[in-house]
Amino acid sequence: MLVILARRLAQAGLVLLLVALISFAIFRFVGSPVENILGQEATVADRNELIERMGLDDPIPVQYARFVWKALNFDFGISYRTAEPVADLIASRLPATLELAFISALMALAAGILLGIFTAINRGGLLAGFVMTTSLIGVSLPTFLIGVLLIWLFSVELGWLPSFGRGETVKLGFWETGLLTASGLKSLILPAVTLGLYQMTLIMRLVRSEMLEVLRQDFIKFARARGLPERMVYFRHALRNTLVPVTTVAGLQLGSIVAFAIITETVFQWPGVGLMFINAVYFVDIPVMSAYLLLVGTLFVLINLIVDLLYLAIDPRIRDRNLRGG
Amino acid sequence: MKSFNHILGAGVLAASVAMSGFASAETLRWARSGDSLTLDPHAQNEGPTHALAHQIYEPLLHRDMAGQITPALATSWKALDDNPNVWRFTLRKGVTFHDGAEFNADDAVYSFKRAMLPTSAMKELLTSVKEIRKVDDHTIDMETNGANPLLINNLTNLFMMDSGWTEANNASAPQDVAAGETTFASQNTNGTGAYMLVSRVPDQKTVLKANPSYWGKGQFPLAASEIVYTPIQSAATRVAALLSGEVDFIQDVPVQDLGRVAGQDGLKVVTAAQNRVIFFGMNSGKADLETDNVDGKNPFADVRVRRAMNIAINRDAIKKVVMRDQSSPTNVIMPPFVNGWNESLDQIPAYDVAAAKALMAEAGYGDGFSITLNCPNDRYINDEAICQAAVGMLGQIGVKVNLDAKPKAQHFPLIKNKTTEFYMLGWGVPTFDSHYIFNFLVHETTENRGSWNNTGYANADVNAKIVALESETDLAKRDGIIGEIWAQVQEDQLYLPIHNQVLNWGMKNGIQFDVQPEDQPHFKYLVMN
Repeated sequence: MLVILARRLAQAGLVLLLVALISFAIFRFVGSPVENILGQEATVADRNELIERMGLDDPIPVQYARFVWKALNFDFGISYRTAEPVADLIASRLPATLELAFISALMALAAGILLGIFTAINRGGLLAGFVMTTSLIGVSLPTFLIGVLLIWLFSVELGWLPSFGRGETVKLGFWETGLLTASGLKSLILPAVTLGLYQMTLIMRLVRSEMLEVLRQDFIKFARARGLPERMVYFRHALRNTLVPVTTVAGLQLGSIVAFAIITETVFQWPGVGLMFINAVYFVDIPVMSAYLLLVGTLFVLINLIVDLLYLAIDPRIRDRNLRGG
Repeated sequence: MKSFNHILGAGVLAASVAMSGFASAETLRWARSGDSLTLDPHAQNEGPTHALAHQIYEPLLHRDMAGQITPALATSWKALDDNPNVWRFTLRKGVTFHDGAEFNADDAVYSFKRAMLPTSAMKELLTSVKEIRKVDDHTIDMETNGANPLLINNLTNLFMMDSGWTEANNASAPQDVAAGETTFASQNTNGTGAYMLVSRVPDQKTVLKANPSYWGKGQFPLAASEIVYTPIQSAATRVAALLSGEVDFIQDVPVQDLGRVAGQDGLKVVTAAQNRVIFFGMNSGKADLETDNVDGKNPFADVRVRRAMNIAINRDAIKKVVMRDQSSPTNVIMPPFVNGWNESLDQIPAYDVAAAKALMAEAGYGDGFSITLNCPNDRYINDEAICQAAVGMLGQIGVKVNLDAKPKAQHFPLIKNKTTEFYMLGWGVPTFDSHYIFNFLVHETTENRGSWNNTGYANADVNAKIVALESETDLAKRDGIIGEIWAQVQEDQLYLPIHNQVLNWGMKNGIQFDVQPEDQPHFKYLVMN
């Protein structure tokens, strides 16, 4: 067990170093923040002075070494746009994104698994067919379009739900939550649905096909022959055996929910790290962009690590094989 | 008498509450695409930042909703008769800051000196200032290096701070944005303005409330008692928020949604010409261009080619098709409010492909040439679409244009580093005077002038005239020089002007609010009924 963990951690470190290199390299060449900072009236002399003060004229390797060293110390520099430390900026924005991602993943997982089982059991049924067909919308429409459609329907036409923002929030220590107020919860519905729709559809279709596969196997027949109630057969025996691929996909999707919240956050003006990233791109706020990329990279690596460990818990065969091999 | 006024005021207020359809009668919910960058009034020279600052802080004088210079914290100003190098400002009496401190000459002198410090983003506007002196408690003198007849044009965004408050909170120097500094003054405010800061979360929400002891009470409508400002980036969401009644007033209504907003019951769109002109620049100074297919010479160097391109652009078609009628075509790189503008300069040339082709042939480019056009895609209204239209139009006279559209962050360095040879640029004129355009776009590039002039144009006579404008105190003579420079610029066809942008503000029907040509709402002028 420890051997596996150590091996995985070493791999994770290597991946992160590469991510750091890429995030530095891409954004080092993405454009110049100087014009944005100085504005229209600046003279040539002002420009040169600013470039020198920001260290933008140092050799590239020097700038990269400085970047990695500081990142290791959680110092991601200062935002060119708001002049706040990037670490503080991310810390203040992360709760909004994590709440949105968590709620939408939860919704996607619960609805996806239930609908997946339903459509698998009632294969060929009218309602199941309808669910399968409409679920195509979830995979085929781009997120921003779904968001705009939902806003149009529920905010503009019906006037039920707010079209932007996070509503009232409550501060619990450093964590600013929107889950404890009515307006906060109302504001969460549209973005969470928008963000989770794709994942829900994906999980539903995955669970369905896995279920159909499993239900054909002998041990299900034996379980039925033993006279076990249908519910027991489906949820205890069949579902459990579909969970390995579902865990992989759901875990990786959680990472992409956080990473791709960018679009949903922009459409709904959700004040999370995704919106912060978009703002940073418009403004060529290089420190924020690199820190965000590192954050998302770390998140994916962490989630992969957790998924790997979860396999061991769910499927003892993998654990045994690894122990024998390692 | 005072108590009578009070009752009357309360009655009017009650009536307006009863008549209005607003969720909370006095709250104005305002949205635009971007947020202010800082609360320090001298740290950024940028539109949305000034827009918020104008509610909280005040300059000595500002541009009202019609764009006219109007007294704010100064009641009058004039250049001294015996010394035209000195401007004397009489300050308003009985003005207090939000914390109760009185505004006086010491604060004014202090604020100007602060705005001239190295970390200030406003210092370029005060480069001609030699010294600022207090004369008495409510009078200050501003002495310039040589006479500067248009100094006051530069002061409309120079906000007054309280010297005591600023010093006590260690904010004596403007926030150093480039060094990533935050100061007390970048996160807190103490101005004299009609609104006071209640709370602010950058990029999310800023709440202001009416200043109970504002000096302008009774002179301005001051209809909103609370302002909630939310930046909403996505244009569709911003419009949806207005349509669904979640906000009362939005700036930046996208062109394609104008009909939707105007057609909705209870909403309207107010439109006015913006202080921003859009044009193309060509590098006519280089010996040979890199992105063209002509060896050994620069086709732009021939004025006939530049003139041919100018008449090959169908400005009316761009207005109609690309801008959906939301632009005013022009033939001069100067918005109509600017001193020096006149209708004959603005008059667009006849669109004439045959004449353009003849000019091209005369210049020896009858078979045309190819060239790369650099264009931003996220800066001006429909910027990339305008460039695409121009590509087609120039193709008709044999100029084969390769379009290279990029985000502004990559586009503007091309101009500043002088690497682009054919480019789009937009220009606003905050001083409302031609000199500002000449200084940045026409003067040869030197250490302190011509920083946006990427045409390679270097005309010593024009340079000298531009410098002369800065100290010419005889305004009639000065206007004469401006006219001469414009005549030369038009003669040399330095740029290809396209149009002036149009501003659209969307709001509830109950709001009376004119569009300000600099896109700067001053909410003390806003009326709700």
